[in-house]
Amino acid sequence: MTVQQSDLKLDGNAIAGLLREIFTMEMTTAESTCAGCHKVHAVGQVEVYMNAPGAVVRCPACGQVQMRIVKGGGRYWLDLSGIRCLEFSA
Amino acid sequence: MSFISRGFRGKRRDAASSSRVPPGQYVVNDFPVLSAGPTPRVAFSEWTFVVEGEIDQPKKWTWEEFRKLPTEEVTKDIHCVTKWTKLDTAWKGVSVDTILEGVETSAEYVMAFSYGGYTTNLPLEDVTGGKAWVAYEFDGQPLHPEHGGPARLLVPHLYFWKSAKWVRGLRLLNKDEPGFWESNGYNMYGDPWREQRYWGD
Ligand SMILES: [Zn+2]
Repeated sequence: MTVQQSDLKLDGNAIAGLLREIFTMEMTTAESTCAGCHKVHAVGQVEVYMNAPGAVVRCPACGQVQMRIVKGGGRYWLDLSGIRCLEFSA
Repeated sequence: MSFISRGFRGKRRDAASSSRVPPGQYVVNDFPVLSAGPTPRVAFSEWTFVVEGEIDQPKKWTWEEFRKLPTEEVTKDIHCVTKWTKLDTAWKGVSVDTILEGVETSAEYVMAFSYGGYTTNLPLEDVTGGKAWVAYEFDGQPLHPEHGGPARLLVPHLYFWKSAKWVRGLRLLNKDEPGFWESNGYNMYGDPWREQRYWGD
């Protein structure tokens, strides 16, 4: 199986506003450690797919899902199970 | 000539649409591409479809074998949870009834799983009885990878996230388990007529 880089792929800045609704900190400069490959990327550098029922964040190194953000019906659902650690400045 | 007949068709659609568009949906004429990741390109020579899980003898087809199964052509309205509805979409594929023919199972649920890692859960009775297909043609053309080709699940009576793109198989389960979106806010069943979009709907 080969994978085509989709035109729908954006970078982490695409979800800056959405993350600002959830976190009080600036998140695009935060650094996330991938739970799959343990590589570290700034949130602004991750791969984001937004033409979907929610925002899907993938690791630029291994492609694993790091975050899923669903917003609807007055609620948010946030899955961070693909991130082992999130570091940001105090 | 074609311009005139297209105009007529549009009008008929508008009149018919009120009873065919679920609450909260609007009708589109294009076919939006939704994707939670990069588009897998699966070569026909690599493609297989499997039925596994609560089954004594798992079933498996190559592309060549799968294409020899009896086909059906269906025209259905589809409803995406992102609120678009597309009327009269024409598909060709294999009924899930044909795929499960002769299978003895105690399972009441299935997990559809795809190339690229996507999953979605459905009750077995919602993919049997002429309600679901594994489709490989859309509008008379081979299904484009952007829309889930080589083959996608088609379960038109539920929200379209249940119609898994790039489907690779069905896992028969005794217990309902959440798939990719169902584990993060989306409804376990997803009936568009009851607006079952999210948890608790
Ligand atoms: Zn990774």
